[in-house]
Amino acid sequence: MSQKVLLNATEINIALNRLACQLIEKHDDFSKTVLIGIQPRGVFLAERLKTLLESEYKIKDIKLGYLDITFFRDDFRRGQKPLEANKTKINFIVEDKNVVFIDDVLFTGRSIRSALTAVQSFGRPLEIELLTLIDRRFSRHLPIQPDYRGRQVDAINGEKVKVCWKENDGEDAVYLVKN
Amino acid sequence: MSELSVNHLLGIKYITEADIQLIFETADHFKEVINRPIKKVPSLRDITIANLFFENSTRTKLSFELAEKRLSADVINFASSSSSVTKGETLIDTVNNILSMKVDMVVMRHPNPGAGVFLSKHVNASIINAGDGAHEHPTQALLDTYSIREKLGDVSGKKVVIVGDILHSRVALSNIFALQKLGATVKVCGPKTLIPKYIEKLNVGVETNLRKALEWCDVANMLRVQNERMDISYFPTTREYTQQFGLSKAILDSLNKEIVVMHPGPINRGVEITSDVADSKQSIILEQVQNGVAVRMAVIYLLASKIKS
Repeated sequence: MSQKVLLNATEINIALNRLACQLIEKHDDFSKTVLIGIQPRGVFLAERLKTLLESEYKIKDIKLGYLDITFFRDDFRRGQKPLEANKTKINFIVEDKNVVFIDDVLFTGRSIRSALTAVQSFGRPLEIELLTLIDRRFSRHLPIQPDYRGRQVDAINGEKVKVCWKENDGEDAVYLVKN
Repeated sequence: MSELSVNHLLGIKYITEADIQLIFETADHFKEVINRPIKKVPSLRDITIANLFFENSTRTKLSFELAEKRLSADVINFASSSSSVTKGETLIDTVNNILSMKVDMVVMRHPNPGAGVFLSKHVNASIINAGDGAHEHPTQALLDTYSIREKLGDVSGKKVVIVGDILHSRVALSNIFALQKLGATVKVCGPKTLIPKYIEKLNVGVETNLRKALEWCDVANMLRVQNERMDISYFPTTREYTQQFGLSKAILDSLNKEIVVMHPGPINRGVEITSDVADSKQSIILEQVQNGVAVRMAVIYLLASKIKS
């Protein structure tokens, strides 16, 4: 197994700042916007962005929720490993809000499809956008694209993109892992 | 661990403590789901479940049906009173007929102990025992222990007394197994005629004085007096039973501590439990009903994940 660094800590930080600025351009003071991190690994990115928007760009009261999509996946019973659920925590109304889904890697698009169904349990958003740190653009199974992306990666199917976060994995880095 | 060790839920006796913990963790997630504005998830869209009730039931049947529908399964229902069973059809034939309609899972209540085990050996579907005679009622025990865990934080180390008709109760047996697997101490309390002789072999204490039992316990699980199962008199009169084993506000108030009161329902108000106790803050009877749907969703979901297409 070999791995190559795609993004180091500084590059991730630059990408996060750029993504934050892009979000501000579109959503201004976030009064009509809510951020939703897709469980499990989109949550780290979502929390980073929220902290950055609040500390660097002085935007207050950003609403952030976590969405678990386990029960909405279409590959239940098809995988070798049983699916394990995570916590959903959405303490606000999504009805008529601009929702930004946040996930670390966009691969086949199936997670986002599940998230689109899952979020309907909480109301009817006005608009839904997608932000991902990594976009594996040639791996899509469904017609889903990100509105905001940190880095586009052309990886073949045998390769894996691994996103590490300081709070969970001890470092900020993105690796391309080959088996 | 994220997978059950069994393909059927036939009784608590057949599952491990780790299985029970996995069911509880999954039920936690489903509890969150059933408190959402839209309480349905599409997980079991391609699964068909048959609810076979060879014996009357209201809440278990409704609870299972609701759990199945909230997971988006296709559900067919069957009640023996209005079926060909009354014409003499055997259990295997009835079930095989239903299974040829491509059913993936069977939830069955049957008056004969062991009916679920028998069926699991003869048909190719996941079986959930929803009560087999006076034997086991595993999902009830799971929801009871889940409710205790929710109320007291943990089941391990707690003292639980099961009061009433132990002899005819499948709830009692399943509860004993579940509570012991999770590390609780169990006693039973009731008229001697309603306590089975084998009970002490299960490591369960026996108490015939309700007050003493209540002073000892953290949780009192009151059982229904099953008049329909009693072909001979086990106690002189209902009035006498109530005086000796009925839980009233007066007894509860006279204790030096607050105990949790449970009842699997349906309640005979004024017999095993008075109305003011049933409706009091100490009672978690309605929480048991709500948790029943979440726990059953968890069991169905986890068993369904083992059915491969």
